[in-house]
Amino acid sequence: MSTASAAPAALEFRGAAPWRRALRLHGWTVAVWLVLLAMVPYWRSLSEGDFKFDLQALAIDALPLCFAAMAQAIVVISGGIDLSIGSLMAVVNVLSAREMVDMSVRQALAFSLLILVLTALASGLTGLIIVLTRIPDIVVTLGMLFVWQGVALWIMEIPGGGVPVSFGDLAVGDVGSTGIPNALVAVFVALLVLWVPLRWLRPGLAIYAVGSNRNSAYLSGIGVARTRVGAYMLAGLFTGLGGLALSASSGIGDPNSGATYTLNSVAAVVLGGVSLLGGVGGLVGVIAAAYVLTLSKIILLLRGTDPNYANVYQGALIILVVVIGGLITRKTRS
Amino acid sequence: MTVVPEALERESRLDVVRRFLVDNPVVVLVGVLVLLFVLTDLVNRHEAGEPFVTWNQLSTTFLVAAPLGMIAAGQTLVMLTGGVDLSVAFTATAAAFATSWQGGNGTVQGILAGLAVGVGIGLANGIGVGVFRVNPLIMTLGTSSVTFGLLSIYAGRSFEKVVPGFVAGLGSDRFFDYLPANLIFWAAIAALLILGLRYTGYGRMLYAVGDNEVAARLAGVRVWQVLVLVYALCGLFSAFGGLLLVGFTNNPDLGLATPYLLQSVAAVVIGGTSIFGGWGSYSGTIVGVLILTVLGSLLTLLNADEWQRQVIYGAIIIVLTAIYARVSGAE
Amino acid sequence: MEGAASRRPLRFVRGAVNSTATPLLEARGVAKHYGPVVALRSADLSVSAGEVHALLGANGAGKSTLVKCLTGVTRPDMGTISVAGRQARARSPMHATRLGLSPVFQDPALVPDLSVTQNLRLTGSSVDAVRSQLDEMRLKVSFRELVGDLPLPILRMLDLARALTHDPQLLILDEITAALPSDLAERVFDVMRDRRERGRSVLFITHRLAEVIATCDRATILRDGRNVGTMVPQEGGEARIVEIMLGPEAAKAEAEASRRDEPEAEPAEAEGDAVLELNDIRVGGVQGISFTLRRGEVLGLAALEGQGQDELFEALAGQRKLEGGELRVRGKAFRPRHPYDAIRRKIVLVPPDRLLALLPQRSVRENVAAPLYNTPLRWGPINMREEGRRVRRAVDALQIDMRAARQVRRLSGGNQQKVTIARWLASGFAALLCNDPTRGIDVGTKRQVYALLRELAADGGAILFFSSELAEFPLVCDRVLAIYGGRLTAELAGPAADEATLLQAMHGLELDEAVA
Repeated sequence: MSTASAAPAALEFRGAAPWRRALRLHGWTVAVWLVLLAMVPYWRSLSEGDFKFDLQALAIDALPLCFAAMAQAIVVISGGIDLSIGSLMAVVNVLSAREMVDMSVRQALAFSLLILVLTALASGLTGLIIVLTRIPDIVVTLGMLFVWQGVALWIMEIPGGGVPVSFGDLAVGDVGSTGIPNALVAVFVALLVLWVPLRWLRPGLAIYAVGSNRNSAYLSGIGVARTRVGAYMLAGLFTGLGGLALSASSGIGDPNSGATYTLNSVAAVVLGGVSLLGGVGGLVGVIAAAYVLTLSKIILLLRGTDPNYANVYQGALIILVVVIGGLITRKTRS
Repeated sequence: MTVVPEALERESRLDVVRRFLVDNPVVVLVGVLVLLFVLTDLVNRHEAGEPFVTWNQLSTTFLVAAPLGMIAAGQTLVMLTGGVDLSVAFTATAAAFATSWQGGNGTVQGILAGLAVGVGIGLANGIGVGVFRVNPLIMTLGTSSVTFGLLSIYAGRSFEKVVPGFVAGLGSDRFFDYLPANLIFWAAIAALLILGLRYTGYGRMLYAVGDNEVAARLAGVRVWQVLVLVYALCGLFSAFGGLLLVGFTNNPDLGLATPYLLQSVAAVVIGGTSIFGGWGSYSGTIVGVLILTVLGSLLTLLNADEWQRQVIYGAIIIVLTAIYARVSGAE
Repeated sequence: MEGAASRRPLRFVRGAVNSTATPLLEARGVAKHYGPVVALRSADLSVSAGEVHALLGANGAGKSTLVKCLTGVTRPDMGTISVAGRQARARSPMHATRLGLSPVFQDPALVPDLSVTQNLRLTGSSVDAVRSQLDEMRLKVSFRELVGDLPLPILRMLDLARALTHDPQLLILDEITAALPSDLAERVFDVMRDRRERGRSVLFITHRLAEVIATCDRATILRDGRNVGTMVPQEGGEARIVEIMLGPEAAKAEAEASRRDEPEAEPAEAEGDAVLELNDIRVGGVQGISFTLRRGEVLGLAALEGQGQDELFEALAGQRKLEGGELRVRGKAFRPRHPYDAIRRKIVLVPPDRLLALLPQRSVRENVAAPLYNTPLRWGPINMREEGRRVRRAVDALQIDMRAARQVRRLSGGNQQKVTIARWLASGFAALLCNDPTRGIDVGTKRQVYALLRELAADGGAILFFSSELAEFPLVCDRVLAIYGGRLTAELAGPAADEATLLQAMHGLELDEAVA
């Protein structure tokens, strides 16, 4: 084999400039938070209420969607999707409302922990079915959507039940006298406790890897099946939190409460910068996106628009953001 | 000199049968359908003392299935390209409303209004997905949100709702007591679709774009054209479905087509069309639609609670798809 | 997370390094079938310690399946695999590594959306150990890069470096040199030599016979799922290897065919009309290139990796925008913005990655006929008889094996490549742009492709040809242009384009001989 004449000098290879990389990794998240902050002045100008009170209302309203979106984000990052999140939230909602009616706060909290474990297992079951049968996740989670919906109806046919008052306060109140809504704190506590420890270590990296390129992940020795099921289980924890949030904030159980959360969680995920193909994005942007969606709805109501028009605007907004976002991503990628 | 690339052994008869089933999954599905009919028949005899497999019941089954058959047709085309249309239900409802709204001005006007609405929504979807490269899940989600909002506003207003006679007839009449008018319509559409998918250039392009969009582009296909048209067609078929539905109920209602969204996806998937695109057929979807319809009757006969229906419904989707995946040896 | 230290493979009994002693790896009677397709009938392989052993065979002979069985990616149906005398079958690639078998696959085991560091951390590899391996190979890469931003050859070298940190008893290289530029390929050969000197072994799977003869101690050849010969490559040379690979009758026919392939000593001066003219073209790494492609000629482009040849092909085919310069097709200005524009002017592309060009779940017929319906004007009913005729003609011309014709993904690599060419035969073309058309296909099919290209040129077609295998240029081309530093550095007559001369030109060096 003839050798090229020269230089045993080391060959160096450079990819993209560091600032470009940073932009690609974090740009979208920053942008969504900026959008959210930009909406605040407009919101304040419309509202006649006290800021603390309004912030409270916003945080409570956004809480279930935040959790649902975080759950969806984890699944989507791992390369999947979960259409049954809303229904599972409804199950948690009715189950907790039915059982907690006569409980003390301590009992309610303990029961909540139990529910979280059960939800994680339930979601893990979905993941297991997906992995074992090799049916695409859209199909399996579509089926599970019906299954959980049925279970919710079985547990409680018509809205009812209740939760202990102080338990409800966990979602509705605020931290001491600072006025920071509990709901807002809850989201970030969940983020810090459940996600951040994993995200930069092996389990989190594995989730990203499997979403990025399943085959390469397998060849590099990652337990792909294990990771996928694990992602669904972790997402299940957030779904459980979402259902509990519903119970705490509404005070009752309603088997149809989960209906809008599935699709809205997908919207929040995309708006939050997570690629539907997997492997890209993070939860911080998704939280902002959930708030943006909720706040835009509130703004429209404040403007006196017919609630139905609100739906129209929200739908159009989602499309607009995704189109623009898509154009931007394509520019930065090339 | 050709080098022999694959070592193909002599296949046993079992393998031959297996391969036939894999390449013609519709056969398996028809088997499942027949099984369901038999089951429903047995249950009906037990519960009501009458058989289920009568001309009347069969005719009713097809009558009830036809609107879903229309909506699932559009969904089939979209899923062949690897996409999904989550706006079909509200598009159908919107078309029904448009027809009723214009129905007072004449049959033709009513029908055209409904179809125009369907095509319009479809075009919006197609432009979003094809030209702006928005993910179909998101785009159709958005349009369905917008449509639902607009519908709620208009439904609130009182206006004269007139379902044109022709549409009502199409939706509920039966010829010779047993042949539903909408079945004739459905059969015509089905023939067009099945032949069209197989024997037209556009059919080939649908499969090509769904199978490997990059390769299609390299072959000179302007993918956006294919996508815009497919979503417009889906809107059109959703509109047909909406018209058949309102013809049957004679009352446009906001919740008219809501259950049909997920049922349409389920029917297409059960029928063997790959959710990733590039593989499938409308004939499979037809059998899927019938399976779901008969299943619905069976559950009603068993006096199933709503929650039981849901659970069984979901489990069926998973189980049937798993069986299909196993039989076709999907990787 | 010091991977290398804590994950040393099992220490095998160290005796005298003697190739007649217990072989390092022994596979006996390995069989595997996928449904009705038998990929391996009964394959044997024996690799001794301290040797570089080649695994050869036509596509479909079973090489990749055997490697998958050895490395734990698949489970064989039958057969035994022993490592250093002890029966051991890898259950996964990780397990294989623990057994002392480190694979480096064609698709790097690195995920695109994570950085190199994150990828390594995920698999428990020590970042420092990998970096020092890269240093030994005289390569520098910033580990903070996202893997998706790095080019494929670099990723392969990273994968190789990672495999080396485990100090494997047997390093398995699966077609690693395919699409590796020669400077990086050299480093791979250095690594192989180094392993041998340390008493370790390398299993080298490749289609490039010249490399085998230059670097390997022994070669095992598979045909139809079994071992048909183990030999010393230097003793028989290419001819003997091809003979064993194809089987005696096939080889004889091959020899006759290739004799007919020999281009005449005098390059046929292409005096045909200009089909494609490039004037000061700038795109990607290309900084200003001009040449003319004429009817009746096969024009070769020779270049090292990353000299802009891929971008050039893409621009000519309408997939990429030109940055500067002017194109003409048959005298008229040509500014394609979409592959459709190029195809309409009959400028068509055979891409280097056939996965980009094929519709895997569709039939051969649909794949071949696809471009016919790429415009809404042709979306109406298909004339099935006319289509059938066109497709049949193309399939026959290329001798495509139609047995698995229902889904193109079931075809062998060579047949798939033929399908990508067949579609342009069916639609017709003026200029056929072939970017590495013989990548990863077996010797027999390669020769068919050479013969076909020459035939197409003789019939009046214009062919632009690029290959990463230098030996192909004199066999196929009438003229060869070399590109280096973004410009043309030399023009050679086909037969004069031997490897040494080409390499000089590709590195931008002064040629020893006068340019034709």
